[in-house]
Amino acid sequence: MKVLTAPRMERCIGCHSCSLACARLVHKFLSWDTAGIRISSSGGLSTGFEARTCLACLPAPCAAACPTGAYSQRKGGGVLVKKGLCIRCGECARACPVDAVFLDLTGEPFVCIHCGRCVSFCPHDCLELKEVGVEGADDGDAQESAS
Amino acid sequence: MIRDHFRVLVVDLATGRGSIANLDGRDTVAGGSGLAAMLFDKYGLPDRPWDDPEQPLIFAIGPLTGYFPLMNKTVCAFKSPYHDQYAESHGGGRSALSLRFADLDALVIRGKAPTPSCLSVGSRHLDLRDVHFLWGMDLLKTGKMLRRMYTGTGHRSILRIGPAGENLSAMACINVDTYRHFGRLGCGAVMGAKNLKGIVIVGDGSFPLPEGKDYPRLFAEVHRKMTDTDMMEKYHNFGTPINMAVLNGIHALPIRNLQKTSDPDIEGITGETFARDTLLRNAACAGCPVGCIHIGFVRERFMEENRYLYHQVSYDHEPIFAAGAMLQVTNAFSVLSLLDIAEREGLDVMSAGVALAWATEALEKGIISTKETIVPLKFGDEAVYREAVHHLGAASNDFYRLLGKGTMKAAEHYGGADFACVLGQEMGGYATGEVFFVSQALGLRHSHLDAGGYSYDQKDKEPDVNGAVQFLVQDERARVLLTSMVSCLFARGVYADQVISDCLRSVAYTVLADGIDTVSHYVQKLRWRTRLRTGFDPRAVSIPKRFLEVETWRGRIDGTYLNSLKDAYAEAILTLARNESEAGH
Repeated sequence: MKVLTAPRMERCIGCHSCSLACARLVHKFLSWDTAGIRISSSGGLSTGFEARTCLACLPAPCAAACPTGAYSQRKGGGVLVKKGLCIRCGECARACPVDAVFLDLTGEPFVCIHCGRCVSFCPHDCLELKEVGVEGADDGDAQESAS
Repeated sequence: MIRDHFRVLVVDLATGRGSIANLDGRDTVAGGSGLAAMLFDKYGLPDRPWDDPEQPLIFAIGPLTGYFPLMNKTVCAFKSPYHDQYAESHGGGRSALSLRFADLDALVIRGKAPTPSCLSVGSRHLDLRDVHFLWGMDLLKTGKMLRRMYTGTGHRSILRIGPAGENLSAMACINVDTYRHFGRLGCGAVMGAKNLKGIVIVGDGSFPLPEGKDYPRLFAEVHRKMTDTDMMEKYHNFGTPINMAVLNGIHALPIRNLQKTSDPDIEGITGETFARDTLLRNAACAGCPVGCIHIGFVRERFMEENRYLYHQVSYDHEPIFAAGAMLQVTNAFSVLSLLDIAEREGLDVMSAGVALAWATEALEKGIISTKETIVPLKFGDEAVYREAVHHLGAASNDFYRLLGKGTMKAAEHYGGADFACVLGQEMGGYATGEVFFVSQALGLRHSHLDAGGYSYDQKDKEPDVNGAVQFLVQDERARVLLTSMVSCLFARGVYADQVISDCLRSVAYTVLADGIDTVSHYVQKLRWRTRLRTGFDPRAVSIPKRFLEVETWRGRIDGTYLNSLKDAYAEAILTLARNESEAGH
């Protein structure tokens, strides 16, 4: 199972190519918002950029918060999304601890599905689709940084 | 396409209200430069002065903005305080994508706010707020304050002016998102005259995409060309300052108020030196994977103990030429320090540097004294230029106030017109020869970007008036198509006519896709007609004597050729503007 990571955001130049690609290719919109990855300055343009994207929680609070089953736990972390079941309540966005779920003007949620289609559009190789164990607990980097 | 016509928000600052104008013309003027000229035709007042409250300040984007990479410039159009005629200035940052996602093809700002104000627009809001407490604040602090005042995490662009704009300097720029600018011809003063300290554009809309595979396939192809080939290496690697060493090497870099065109000391401010010693990081305009923005650092020891502060300053060839070579400041950190101060004042640093170079020579020659300059201007002296840049932005006395109206205005008053490096406005960073000098002196934007005269000069052709004029007219036309698409001109190698046409077709602008040749002819004429209607007479342009004294790798400038070329290009411009039978509709 693979998850999208953003391990090299110090390299980001704020071109938004990843967001635009996700909106275009995954969600079929012309947008820099309705995307599973959104880029914002981390406190003004002089401070660099950060990516707002799903951290592949396991268990995922957004899935737990979804009252209709539109969001369900994805193996390896993150969520599986069934838009047809969504009632636009926004609970997923409120449950996300890192603001990775975007709600559009109608309340439709947009979240990363860890497909990796944005990765090749990054000119500075900031993003990486990374293999994780199905249980999602074999991430060596995460364990190291947590200890 | 989002729609087949233009959706324009027209705001009246006097009331804080606006209206949406749905205007035809997409297939005739495309957008960008063409749309801006069309809107000036509709809303502009050619016979009234630039600071008449009803004069429009126009921001326009193009049909492919958001859809394709590097289609992310915004064209700002206005009646200029520099010459009281129609003008364009182009900027990037996030402005174009913010307008796109605010669902606006253009923003037209009319009227004058009753108090210093900030305008905020988005796909679902229009808001004018009093910000009198920001008046007088430097440009970078203003940006930080506006960022705090306008909360929210949405993507947006923040445009603002500094003291120079408030003081109605014809050298006042509009800063976009800290590192980009609508730099030239005084658009910052137009905001100042309107009591408009800032503009926040929130790009909070989304749009459906065309069905089918053509669009994503073509996008991927264009994106690959922009990033995979070495076509953009020049802009990506050292950036535009790579020109410093190149031009210095061929004796074509304006140095010390154009007294010289080459100097070994330029080694201290080449693109290579900046990259090696000062480059902190790169940045990009939103929607551009190339990322040509180069940001350097300058640090300042503010206490005897080792206490430092630092600033991040974006640099390019033109600012380095103006604040470095022209002032003989040949230390990269010193140049960044001057750029930083010009930024805070909200000055167009190209104009400021060239103007202060003239003032320095005028002081040397005794035409003016320190009574005028306040500080003893001296080539190479960063410290006095730091103060002088502030005086220019602050309009500290009559001299600096007049100099801020343009170097030639000051020269007409004090003397020294012979060595004023003015080609329509303060010169760009090229002393390549006759074709560039004429191109900037007569070009619609008085910019090195109007046409590639600097490139033509370097082809070492024999003097050929007709050939050069034909080149300037054709190259301008090609660039007008790109700026009507709001393509970054750095992408001109990728966006050939056929590629533009394919891109337009892929998002269903089929009529426009088939008509880009007609459109480029029409917009070229429309822009010139608009400029001439506001009083421009290309036959009246004169080129100061200093330009005739220049020596390049080819030797001394050929005055006869220069004048013949100037006269012939002036006639070509008049013919272009007159010939409405080919106007395309």
